[in-house]
Amino acid sequence: MWHYRELFYFLVWRDVRIRYRQTLLGAAWAIIQPLFGMVVFTLFFGNLAKMPSDGIPYPIFFYSTLLPWTYFSTAINFSGNSLIGNAQLIRKVYFPRVTLPVASVLGGLLDFAIAFLILVGMMFYFKTGFGWGLLLWPVLILELLLLALGIGMFLAALNVRYRDVKYAIPFVVQLWLFVTPIIWPMSIVPEKFRLLVQLNPLTGVMETFRSTLFPGREIQWQALLLSAALTVIMLAVGWIYFRKTERTFSDMI
Amino acid sequence: MGSITVNHLCKQFWIGQSGCNTGIREAMVNLLRRAAGARPNEKVSIWALDDISFKIARGEIVGIVGANGAGKSTLLKILSRITYPTRGSIHTRGRVASLLEVGTGFHEELTGRENIYLNGSILGMKKAEIRQRFDAIVEFSGVGTFLDTPLKRYSSGMRLRLGFAVAAHLDPDILLIDEVLAVGDVGFQKKCIQAVNDLRNGGRTVLFVSHDMAAVENLCPRAIWIDGGKIRMDGPAIEVITSYVSTFAGAGRRDSDLTQINHRRGSGDIRLTKIEFLEGDGAARKIIRAGDDLKIRLHYQAVKRVRNPLFGIEIYTELGTLVSELSTWTTGLDIPSLSAGSGHLDLDIEFLNLMPGRYYFTLWSGNLGPVYHDVLDKCGCFDVEPSDFYNSGKGVDSRFGVVFFQCGWTCNQAPPTGILSGGQKGGGRCESR
Repeated sequence: MWHYRELFYFLVWRDVRIRYRQTLLGAAWAIIQPLFGMVVFTLFFGNLAKMPSDGIPYPIFFYSTLLPWTYFSTAINFSGNSLIGNAQLIRKVYFPRVTLPVASVLGGLLDFAIAFLILVGMMFYFKTGFGWGLLLWPVLILELLLLALGIGMFLAALNVRYRDVKYAIPFVVQLWLFVTPIIWPMSIVPEKFRLLVQLNPLTGVMETFRSTLFPGREIQWQALLLSAALTVIMLAVGWIYFRKTERTFSDMI
Repeated sequence: MGSITVNHLCKQFWIGQSGCNTGIREAMVNLLRRAAGARPNEKVSIWALDDISFKIARGEIVGIVGANGAGKSTLLKILSRITYPTRGSIHTRGRVASLLEVGTGFHEELTGRENIYLNGSILGMKKAEIRQRFDAIVEFSGVGTFLDTPLKRYSSGMRLRLGFAVAAHLDPDILLIDEVLAVGDVGFQKKCIQAVNDLRNGGRTVLFVSHDMAAVENLCPRAIWIDGGKIRMDGPAIEVITSYVSTFAGAGRRDSDLTQINHRRGSGDIRLTKIEFLEGDGAARKIIRAGDDLKIRLHYQAVKRVRNPLFGIEIYTELGTLVSELSTWTTGLDIPSLSAGSGHLDLDIEFLNLMPGRYYFTLWSGNLGPVYHDVLDKCGCFDVEPSDFYNSGKGVDSRFGVVFFQCGWTCNQAPPTGILSGGQKGGGRCESR
């Protein structure tokens, strides 16, 4: 894989370049998804349905988790389809196939960085304060990336054999949004069900994203560690399955 | 560096739906069929490559020939490590670059310039190398003015030239080429052949799959003939090519009974039964000469009524170049309906433009689609004898090309200037008799 690092760089560069070619709004699209999501949720879940938010103002309550979620969901979507989307390349050229899901997962980071600036703006506006917790963000992003990669590799390999995966991904991702504490706080879950919710590897990450923004909130280390462990497992499973089925890709794609 | 060793290589493919692209639906259908007592869809496999072994040393240029479906492309894919052997092994030493298709990885939204970098990288060049050769690549391709336009605006010819330009500047130890030189116009093909020649002079190892026997003979001292997944012959190119081409000749008799031929494909609704080469008025003919008035009579047998059938003959030189495909579609013979039974079609050629030599032909009958009723690849041959058509006392023969024309030369001289201009000498026309 190291030998092919330049090709890898070019594939990432290609994905980034074409993302907003010939679009009117260009890079603004990176911001639109989490921003508009935040507006809609604030209006309907926040102001109208009066969802509890642990005392945090609605906009930043939603945006703080919608931002990393947007990155995660697009990463899964792109990496899950990365093999079948590059079928022509796979049939004709040799290169380590894992380059494709990895490139997909990295491509979304640029969008994340752009949308992150909006978050910084909101932090100033709502005067949430800048605590030490913010230093955790790079680690959290890394974990999100690795989780997306592990799942992405698994799905990409599975997708080659069973095209159902292509249709299942958007639907599963949609459900996942709702079972993770992204638009609702953990506090509404009764104690006895908390562990169940924490078995979702995204829970720990998302909760920590939120906690680090508000220095008053405690960071849930237990949830985070559980989440990290699950991420490592997913990464291992995804990698093993990918490598095991790699030989058959060009014949089946 | 630059050597290839193949040992008892075998590759199995599963054909049909089973094993490929299955979904939940297929799995459930199979389950239900099994429950109902019917056997599930049988998995059928073919051995695309069956115990192939050979060695290629550094700097050798080897041509790979064989009928369609013989396993040539599969062999290249395995050597490129795109797919893996079912049994046996391969061993390559040195950097391998494959040209299985021109323009692999081109992305429509990127500009020509960006695609050069992307494609070069995909083919195995380092970024520094691409930058170094960038100008040479642009010059070779001839698309300089369009470098910063997205590729989707390029014509197909431009894409091809760009793709090949990048590939031509690869610098691998081993280069595998799969029939990509067959596309493009004549000028472009010349450039391609030149590029391969340069590689040969550079001491690279090249494996070259092609149907163009002239190119193979021109470029490769050695050739391997693959037939049905096995190596049929491996040796000097001229010998291999001659053997390969002669298998298609059939008995060599001109007027032939086509019903004896076994290797044919198609639905069978119409079967071609006999071909005759006759004089223009339909009488039997002894020999065919260049410039003759030729009638080719094709007999058929239709099993049932067929609508809008088409018939065609493809004429090839000995080296496999297609001289002409003459079909009822191109000449505009509309047959709304062919009733069951037998009959014949006549192809009238008023003037046979072929130079003397041996020509092979493929016969087919089918419908638009293409849908074929009967296809007989290279099922026979005919010999065209020399003749003195121009009445010049000089015979026309195959040293002078593949075809000739009904034509004549005339010559006009300008009157000479200077001291001779006053006289009647010089000037005037001279004509050939």
